[in-house]
Amino acid sequence: MKALLTRDLMLAIRAGGGFGLGLSFFLIVTVLVPFGVGPQTELLSRIAPGVLWIGALLACLLSLDRIFALDWEDGSLDLLATAPLPMEGIVSVKALAHWITTGLPLVLAAPVLGVLLSLPIPAYQWVVISLAVGTPALSVIGTFGAALTVGIKRGGLLMSLLVLPLYVPTLIFGAEVARRGAEGLTVQAPLLLLAGISFGVIALLPFASAAVLRINLR
Amino acid sequence: MVLSVRDLAVTRGGLAILEGVSFDLSPGEALVLRGPNGVGKTTLLRSVAGLQPPETGTVTGAEDQIAYAAHSDGLKAMLSVTENLKFWASVFGLSDIEPALVAFDLTDLRNRMAGTLSAGQKRRLGLARLMVTGRPIWILDEPTVSLDVTSVALFADAVRMHLKGGGSALMATHIDLGLTEARVLDLTPFKAAPRTRQMDEAFL
Repeated sequence: MKALLTRDLMLAIRAGGGFGLGLSFFLIVTVLVPFGVGPQTELLSRIAPGVLWIGALLACLLSLDRIFALDWEDGSLDLLATAPLPMEGIVSVKALAHWITTGLPLVLAAPVLGVLLSLPIPAYQWVVISLAVGTPALSVIGTFGAALTVGIKRGGLLMSLLVLPLYVPTLIFGAEVARRGAEGLTVQAPLLLLAGISFGVIALLPFASAAVLRINLR
Repeated sequence: MVLSVRDLAVTRGGLAILEGVSFDLSPGEALVLRGPNGVGKTTLLRSVAGLQPPETGTVTGAEDQIAYAAHSDGLKAMLSVTENLKFWASVFGLSDIEPALVAFDLTDLRNRMAGTLSAGQKRRLGLARLMVTGRPIWILDEPTVSLDVTSVALFADAVRMHLKGGGSALMATHIDLGLTEARVLDLTPFKAAPRTRQMDEAFL
């Protein structure tokens, strides 16, 4: 499983791997929003936590269809399925690799890009914390969507439609943590719910992903 | 470990294509499947490999024993020959890839990116992958596609060595590998009578 993780990370970093894809999309969104909203610092800083969260969510979505599609196309998914790795392990490693190459850079970039949106000072830590807690859920749910649509030509559209509603709770509680943090309110309730969603999907969804992947490989 | 297939029926796209296929494969044996295009060689091999559940019948002795080589090689274009083999070796819990590189004459190409190899070289790398799995039963689907005469001989030698080491091979191929000891099973008589599969499980 470690070998699979290293291979996926190596492939992501090498040319054509799509390592910077999510990150550059995130950058584009946060750079363009201030231009679109106009020079109203007060309005910007009010919407900043939400914009950062939506940007991160869409950036995650962008690279989801690559999780299994590439392995499916070159036949290595079939070969992995006959290897001694459990399918649940394969999908978990895939989700982890997606989080490391997409989610983690977003968490690290968020405070830097928050400056562009004049994010209020007390919100910085809560944006980072909520993204750090929430993005693993985005990767795991996305891996489930990718497993559902693997083998479908141009499955990206279908996958986005399937995954978006599943992303809504994460977005609501994640953005709520950041917003309440920005206003200096207590964040305990939404943060606990966000963590609950993350741990819940990490514990349960790999089994569902593995099951649909087995069916899709037939 | 004897691989034994009993009364296997397989479907492709919901249509029954083969039924009543039975054979045994003991260590040291090679079995070549033959038959016209579309008779179900690939589907049968996928069923034996456990990628597709058979409609009826049983496959025993395949669990965690097989190394499967499909039409596509499962290579990553942006990884070098060594990295590709090392990856599969460690997935199967092994680490020594030298014998595989030597057997398929890949030592000179070891640092090349797999994406820059020719079709025949890629195929050789895909077949070399079998040797680093350490699995006793090789399941090969048209292994000699895009291989030249010399490479086919290399492959035949590798299979012979594998058989000598107590392994076995089940392959679908049209060309003569010069494996005189291999048994041949023609699948044409097992063609299923036309009927549709009962949709008892809907999407499953």
